[in-house]
Amino acid sequence: MLAGHRRYRPRSLLLGLAIALPFALLIALMSGPVFISPLDWPAIIFDPGASLREQDFLILSSIRLPRLLLGCFIGINLAVCGAAMQGLFRNSLADPSLIGVTSGASAGASCVIVLGGGWLESAAAGLPLVAFGASVGGLIAVVIVYRIATSASGTAVATMLLAGIAISAVAGALNNLFSYFADNDMLRRISLWQMGSLDGANWYRVTIAFVVASVLIAVLPRCSAGLNALLLGESEARHLGIDVERLKRRLIVLTAVGVGSAVALAGVIAFVGLVIPHVLRLLVGPDHRYVIPGSALAGAILLVLADSLARVIVSPAELPTGILTALLGAPVFFSLLWQQRAMSSSL
Amino acid sequence: MSLSASQISLQFARAEIISRVDIDIEPGKIVTVLGPNGAGKSSLLRILCGQWAPSVGQVRLDGQLTSAYSIQALARTIAVMPQYSTLNFAFSAAEVVALGRTPHATGRQIDREITRAALSLVDADHLASRLYPELSGGEKQRVQLARILAQIWTPQPQQSRYLLLDEPTSSFDLAHQQMMVKILRRFAADGVGILVVMHDLNLAAQLADRMVLMKDGRIAAADCPAHVMQTSVINQVFDVDVAIINHPRTGNPMALL
Repeated sequence: MLAGHRRYRPRSLLLGLAIALPFALLIALMSGPVFISPLDWPAIIFDPGASLREQDFLILSSIRLPRLLLGCFIGINLAVCGAAMQGLFRNSLADPSLIGVTSGASAGASCVIVLGGGWLESAAAGLPLVAFGASVGGLIAVVIVYRIATSASGTAVATMLLAGIAISAVAGALNNLFSYFADNDMLRRISLWQMGSLDGANWYRVTIAFVVASVLIAVLPRCSAGLNALLLGESEARHLGIDVERLKRRLIVLTAVGVGSAVALAGVIAFVGLVIPHVLRLLVGPDHRYVIPGSALAGAILLVLADSLARVIVSPAELPTGILTALLGAPVFFSLLWQQRAMSSSL
Repeated sequence: MSLSASQISLQFARAEIISRVDIDIEPGKIVTVLGPNGAGKSSLLRILCGQWAPSVGQVRLDGQLTSAYSIQALARTIAVMPQYSTLNFAFSAAEVVALGRTPHATGRQIDREITRAALSLVDADHLASRLYPELSGGEKQRVQLARILAQIWTPQPQQSRYLLLDEPTSSFDLAHQQMMVKILRRFAADGVGILVVMHDLNLAAQLADRMVLMKDGRIAAADCPAHVMQTSVINQVFDVDVAIINHPRTGNPMALL
């Protein structure tokens, strides 16, 4: 059994994913409580005056389009951050939530929701404030973990993982504390938000997600060679001419911003950052030159499709997207664990 | 032109791991470093390659302090083979060797040729598309050897090349130990300066232009194999009783327990 022989050609796979993404976006634009056929789109766009079309135009432009774009960018951000973290930790089961960004971000958001109280409901700045709270919470968590795990001789990966677990516990306790003091309405907002959903999508959020995705896509692929060398070990990477400390700092900051902003904009959407890069590695091997762009494309596709499904499955109501990605992701994850188990026992 | 440490010491907490060591690796020469466990051999290697800074003393590469070089410039000049490697991602053997080309910008075509040649040199052509985590210990070690050979495969203009190896033959069978000797000789003949940390006295004597014996962080003996391979010297460093004979064909000194 040689998994190496079952690999796909990386370029073909990237091309396939790049072709699949527009189709996923198309499906997302069509589907929802009201089905809107692509054949009607020209009429809707160019002649939105007619009474029924006006409604369709609103649905497309202010509901579906921002929502699918938000899903697309957040899918990219979560997946590439997952790929970067797994490379940094040299463990394909590692996940951005492991270093405490996700839990820190959700604690930050809960904090803003509870402390802001009724004022948040009325003020226009309410949602952006929650988003800001989540980003700050995520960043604080990463900085603490990083400080604990880093010494003059470098960053100890094991210490960092343990610190991540401790931070998650503290953030979880803070979360519960805020939930305890929250009234019914806030409680519902917190719990809905923690399940993760794209239903708050608007053009403002799309812009933020787009900016973050652009930064990640511009910077992370340049770290590919360093990430590949890092898989050999930190000192080996240094002997290969990689400035390991700088690389690690860069990866940690990028992941904090990527995951923190995603959590802030759409709540906790599980498994995208864990499963997508892992599947990519199984398909094309661990070379980050292909894993990072492949994860970006596949993450976008997964989140856009999962969100379409979330909107139709219990229509006219809708499921939080995070539930669906977890339902889709968990079986994949279990099968990966099972394969790993089989592989390690055969050695 | 040389990679040399002068009067280096290394302290951890209060313990002195290495004290006042001088060592010189010249282009085209092979230095073997031996000593009991904990003698400071691996620490010395880490200081020489710039991974650790000595508490006292200096390491100079071709006359300049190693700390004055960029990480990338050092990587083009010095290749290091670590004692253990922890790679558990499913790179193929060829991809692992290709990582050795990371510090160079020679283009895919040349990198691929060097990768293939390096794999072939360590008798691992047939492993090229196998996945690294599935290889045996000796196979992994050969692939790692190919990786660091690929790193300094071609001479750099105005720049010498050095190989530092930490127990590179620990998982090799006899045939591959012989292969290792041939490969290192060939690179030395090509002008590469080589330092090998190892445990096998006889293999070290066969390989070395100069043998360095370390004990308790100090250099106990440093000379050509014929002078170091003496009953009294070996006895003093390793606390073992040996008889020294000469190889009937090559004349190399050998230690018999």
